[in-house]
Amino acid sequence: MTIASRFQPRPEGALRLTLDGAPLTAHPGDSLAAAILCHSGEASRTTGRDSPRTAFCMMGVCFECLVEVDGLPNVQACMTEVRDGMAVRRQMGLRKLGAADV
Amino acid sequence: MGQSDITLIGGGVVGLSVALGLLRAGQAVTVLDGADDDFRASQGNFGLVWLQGKGADFAPYARWTAQAVAAWPEFAASLRQTSGIDVALSQSGGYEFFTDVAELADFTADLARQEAHLGRKSYEVLTGDDLRREMSGIGQGVVGASFCALDGHLNPLRLLRALRRAVATLGGRIITDAKVTKATPASGGGFDLTLANGARRGAGKLVLCAGLGAAHLATSLGFNARIRPQRGELLITERLADRLPFLSSTIRQVDEGGVQIGGTHADAGLNDAETLTMMRGLARHAVTVFPALAGVRVVRSWGALRVMSPDGYPVYARSSLHPEAFLVTCHSGVTLAPLHASNLKDWIVNDATAPEKGAFDDNRFALSTAA
Amino acid sequence: MSDADLIIIGAGPAGMAAASIAVQGGMRVLVLDEQPRAGGQIYRNVGNGAPRGWLGKDYAAGAGLVADLGHPNIRAEFGATVWRVEVGGRVIWSQGGISHISAAPHLLLAGGAQERPTPFAGWTLPGVMPAGAAQILMKTAGLLARDAVLAGSGPLLYLIAAQMIDAGAPPKALVETQTRAMMLRALPSLPRAVLALPTLVKGVGLLQKIRSAGVVRHTGAAAFHAEPNDKGDIAFSFTAKGRRHRIETPLLLTHQGVIPATHISRAAGVRHRWNHAQQAFEPIVGPWGRTDQPHIHIAGDGAGIAGADAAQAAGALAALDILHLAGRIGEDSRNQRSTAPRAALTRARAIRPFLDAAYAPSPEILAPEGKTIVCRCEEITAADIRQSVAEGANGPRQVKTATRAGMGPCQGRMCEITTRGILAACGTSPSPPRARTPIKPITLGEIASLQEQNA
Repeated sequence: MTIASRFQPRPEGALRLTLDGAPLTAHPGDSLAAAILCHSGEASRTTGRDSPRTAFCMMGVCFECLVEVDGLPNVQACMTEVRDGMAVRRQMGLRKLGAADV
Repeated sequence: MGQSDITLIGGGVVGLSVALGLLRAGQAVTVLDGADDDFRASQGNFGLVWLQGKGADFAPYARWTAQAVAAWPEFAASLRQTSGIDVALSQSGGYEFFTDVAELADFTADLARQEAHLGRKSYEVLTGDDLRREMSGIGQGVVGASFCALDGHLNPLRLLRALRRAVATLGGRIITDAKVTKATPASGGGFDLTLANGARRGAGKLVLCAGLGAAHLATSLGFNARIRPQRGELLITERLADRLPFLSSTIRQVDEGGVQIGGTHADAGLNDAETLTMMRGLARHAVTVFPALAGVRVVRSWGALRVMSPDGYPVYARSSLHPEAFLVTCHSGVTLAPLHASNLKDWIVNDATAPEKGAFDDNRFALSTAA
Repeated sequence: MSDADLIIIGAGPAGMAAASIAVQGGMRVLVLDEQPRAGGQIYRNVGNGAPRGWLGKDYAAGAGLVADLGHPNIRAEFGATVWRVEVGGRVIWSQGGISHISAAPHLLLAGGAQERPTPFAGWTLPGVMPAGAAQILMKTAGLLARDAVLAGSGPLLYLIAAQMIDAGAPPKALVETQTRAMMLRALPSLPRAVLALPTLVKGVGLLQKIRSAGVVRHTGAAAFHAEPNDKGDIAFSFTAKGRRHRIETPLLLTHQGVIPATHISRAAGVRHRWNHAQQAFEPIVGPWGRTDQPHIHIAGDGAGIAGADAAQAAGALAALDILHLAGRIGEDSRNQRSTAPRAALTRARAIRPFLDAAYAPSPEILAPEGKTIVCRCEEITAADIRQSVAEGANGPRQVKTATRAGMGPCQGRMCEITTRGILAACGTSPSPPRARTPIKPITLGEIASLQEQNA
């Protein structure tokens, strides 16, 4: 099931990212969490027990927004500003030890 | 005012293990446990079930530890049965990693002496290249390691909870917020105990298992052992989906996935704060041994105080002044738990000889205390 | 050798006001803030990006404070995460994956507040979010919620509702937990609140705006429950006026007030106490923001919730006291210059007792029961915590070690206060949990490569 963003659409941004390979745009100064929330209403990670989660506190406190950025796991999306060309992956389950081999 | 046959002071791993053994022997047992912010080594320790190097210079300790390690599988199973809690025991062998050739040589000599006490092959030594061939990911800074196939680890926090539940299930009374500040012999036998909150209670036989909290009580009841704190610092990382390919005495992955790093020693009195110097040392050790750990985040560090006797070995002592008072203290409460839960009961209940023919009694400290 | 005369942690109203006064007094100041820009949460992203008039005049007022940080004797580092504060004035902080050690004779903690966690059944689902988080998205990304429901209590809820209305994204409903009885209990504090009349008038204005926008309001709501519906939206149900209600919404925004962020002050060894009226731990500070640690001052919401105006005033008072302690101004001068900020602080605080009583967090959120998740990181439920207490855990440390609640990457920020609530509901009076290094998670590689500086 595809879940639409829970937020109103914004004009397309100038920065181009990918989320699990799919294109997404963002505005300079956006946090990665904002960009993801604007793009989709789905979970951006699952916990060690497979519960769906997404960005929550937006201020670096809760660590719910962890995603994989350019191969680096457990990155706080709400504390990371978007950059052009970022390759972002939703993180399913606990992080892996090394950089992702995908 | 309740009076049980046997009162244990201290509700950590040591006290609860002893309590469990006494309950299994049909004794009535009360465990007095302290406050939330007491030192509680049982909540800060590393969870090793470890033989390697133990008792190299004291044969009874080498034998006692080997016996404990061998008893763990059955003990873990019985705990699971009584408490419903799996302590995640894994005894698939453990390494001691070295980055310094001389230190490896010293430790190898220790292991050879320990092996002589045990009378059987107990370890092997590997070069850094051996290790790197055997396991991928070991850092170039590792010059070698020793390995003991009998070593293992478990989840120490779950062990504590399992012991607590098992003691309660078998009818033991655990009283919390009951820190004992004074123990004096009662006129009609037994002891009068004064608690920190001012309450008083009586006790028949008394077993001191309160670690650092028992130090002044032990002195007042005529024991020779002087207990001292030794600070160890530890780090724990975020949880990982994959498993580390090894267990070592300083780096271990807990069953929930976090990597725990430890093994520092410092005399810092009762200060259990974590220090930047030790944190950095532990982090450097971890990334030297297994460089892939560099990208893993530390979630918490802490200091915990080991409970050390003057020579570092366990103390199982009966007071010469007050023969109804016993002292059980050690810094390897996890490894030795199966024996504490079985081999001490005859000594405490039936006046049998103390373990290892009394080798762990506190007469060994009499001279040094007097000096 | 010191890197600065004063290190300020946090670039919100308290930290910014303090920095400005300290440099005026001749100090060199290092300001560290974890966010990408100055402003704190209240003035987050102010003066940056598209103009967003709907955020209001109070928000825009923060721009002046931010501009003051441009002083040449202020070195402001953003994206700077403090992970250790040592007795003696060393601060260890991380930026872009590299850690630095800075030292100064004085340290001002101005880390502000965080939203109170609001545990209820379903609060971990995607589609449930703190209202303050949604406001941050409005401030930083111009992101506006679709048909959201606001639920909980507190003045911030009204402000956010009004901002959403002005931005053209009005909430579908406002579900408030406060009851008429709570308002009655708050009334005796109202006369004192008149000192903060402009704030009261603003509050009345917000309520009028919400009313005239036709937003459905429920009060006295309880028994929150959220579950996903078949579209992935949130089916939110609650009880109000004796009846069960159900609203479907893409986004449920909850709020139960804010609490001091105390991880840094606790890890620094400052003594804390429980503030019953505010239902939160707070550091014990004196009238100038001094703590029991000789070199550490604390100002702003991190020392007890009083809002942005109070934080700015408290920051000024702390900076004056630090200038005095450093021998740069005399006691008389400090006292003289404190008159205006002291009066501002008194005015701003006057409304707190009324707000604290009228919008107290609901009991079911303070001490939840059953399968409601308390520790989001480790997925530990209220029932798990209650069971550990029943088995003898008599304080925060033993609950943590028995259940793993608080052992995840948020380090207890989302559960410690709830664990405290459950312990209190079970009859104990728990002390503040201990915070340790690192104050935020940090990689082993970064710790390993830490260089001693200024040794």
